[in-house]
Amino acid sequence: MRYLPKSPDERREMLAAIGAKSIEELFSSIPERYRLNKPLNLPPALSEAEIIGYFKERAAENSNGYVSFLGAGVYNHLRSVVTDAIIQRGEFLTSYTPYQAEIAQGTLQAIFEFQTLMSQLTGQEVANASMYDGSTATTEAVLMAERLTGRQRVLVARSVHPEYREVLKTYAKHSGLQVEEIPYAANGTVDEKALHAAMRNDVAAVVVQSPNFFGVIESINALAHEAHAHEALLVTAIAEGVSLGLLRPPVEADIVAMEAQSFGMAPSYGGPFAGVLASRDKFVRQMPGRLAGQTVDSEGHRGFCLTLATREQHIRREKATSNICTNQALCALAATVHLCLLGKEGLREMAQQNHSKAQFALGELAKIPGVRRAFDAPFFNEFTVEFPRSVKLVNAQLLRDKIIGPFVLGTPYPELTKHALVCVTETTSRKDIEKFAGAVRHALEQPI
Amino acid sequence: MPYPANYRYTKEHEWVDAKGDIATIGITDYAQHELGDVVFVELPKPGARIEAGKSFGTVESVKAVSEIYAPAAGEVVEANGELHDTPEKINTDPHGAAWLIKVRLANPSELANLMDAKAYEAYIAEKNKEASA
Repeated sequence: MRYLPKSPDERREMLAAIGAKSIEELFSSIPERYRLNKPLNLPPALSEAEIIGYFKERAAENSNGYVSFLGAGVYNHLRSVVTDAIIQRGEFLTSYTPYQAEIAQGTLQAIFEFQTLMSQLTGQEVANASMYDGSTATTEAVLMAERLTGRQRVLVARSVHPEYREVLKTYAKHSGLQVEEIPYAANGTVDEKALHAAMRNDVAAVVVQSPNFFGVIESINALAHEAHAHEALLVTAIAEGVSLGLLRPPVEADIVAMEAQSFGMAPSYGGPFAGVLASRDKFVRQMPGRLAGQTVDSEGHRGFCLTLATREQHIRREKATSNICTNQALCALAATVHLCLLGKEGLREMAQQNHSKAQFALGELAKIPGVRRAFDAPFFNEFTVEFPRSVKLVNAQLLRDKIIGPFVLGTPYPELTKHALVCVTETTSRKDIEKFAGAVRHALEQPI
Repeated sequence: MPYPANYRYTKEHEWVDAKGDIATIGITDYAQHELGDVVFVELPKPGARIEAGKSFGTVESVKAVSEIYAPAAGEVVEANGELHDTPEKINTDPHGAAWLIKVRLANPSELANLMDAKAYEAYIAEKNKEASA
């Protein structure tokens, strides 16, 4: 499918064929006052040379040559040119999400493979065709729990990504959902005592993240036990999918909401991402969004089609399970290609490198006078340190050495005034880490 | 398929078979025929309260998911668990083995507002006429 602009002659021909005199007549059923009676507020069309010039300027704004220790939900991982070569094929790049099994077998099969990979990674029985991103997947998981339990009270750990919590609160605002936050303990994990005290038989879902926003790993088994004791569901969010190369999947969770950006999607301008929603087979009818299924055609050949679509918005309107009408098919394809290239061993090795390098970075930072590790629970590729002065000041110094510093935790957590969330991935070399530690030491020695 | 004379019927195509204050509720042969092959049924748990005219569950066919509306108010005493594994019974025996729920009626006289078999047959004959018009 290609984008072909229409010529004025073709427009006239099309209008004549349907018996309309003009575009205005075609839209005459829309009341006058709702029509925009002026051109769109867009700059004039550019020539080819001007467009190339424009994009060269934008590309020059990229921070080339910088080394980054910033994660916090968006991760810089190695990507293969193979992924780009495949997702840029016209059959995938330009096609809209497929409804018709007759013409979209390739796309449907790719979605089916994605679902299979996500089920295997998350340890769940079924995964859907993808959501917009990790934050909306988390919220959709909560709405799913609300439908399954018939309850409206939701307990969300404060150690869940602050933006995921914002999205959840936005959805909750007009839907009657009551969202309460559970504090974190001294080691950075969910405060299980506070959770226990807040649990009652009116809780629809307990929402946690692992590794959580501070980088530390939660005890999913214990949290699931607490939720299930009150017939609530455990929703587990995962922002860093690569962690599943090393960590045990959250099999005890009832719904897993994951961000798949780490699998082959560059952290460009904060998107596009792809959300993952996975759950138990018995909950499949309350899952939002699309699901591709494997079946056989009338001649017994293997084929793929969308399945269980009867609860989707285009069929069930206001009674649909969700207002999501699409999925992130191209990003999901990128994740599928990326994971197939890595394979099981490759993903494990990649995860191991992330963890080992993060451990090394923590060791280097801990040698600096005044730098202290905060939250001592086990972590994956992100950890929290406390500086003797403002992280923003340190980061400003680091930037001069072409280092993008750690995430400033004080922004979403005012009580963590001097806390930095450091991210290290397989892309960070030993030399980079030593340069970073040296620059932090130097920055802290400067008079304020 | 005949419509039992001792049942009462709603405009949304549910039937009610009341014995004292206990009523058995199902969907009619007309409804199952309109829905097509039923693949899943969602029913309330015993103890749940239902309200006249409000949805208490869904029937999912290969074509669509449809609400089931309560013919009268009451408290659910039993849901037909067999439909979980054999929802297709709704297509083969909608007025018998494929009953959906049993309810203790809050006010049995509410059923007087519903149609009897004769009125319901006339109602669906009219519907069929509309559909073929």
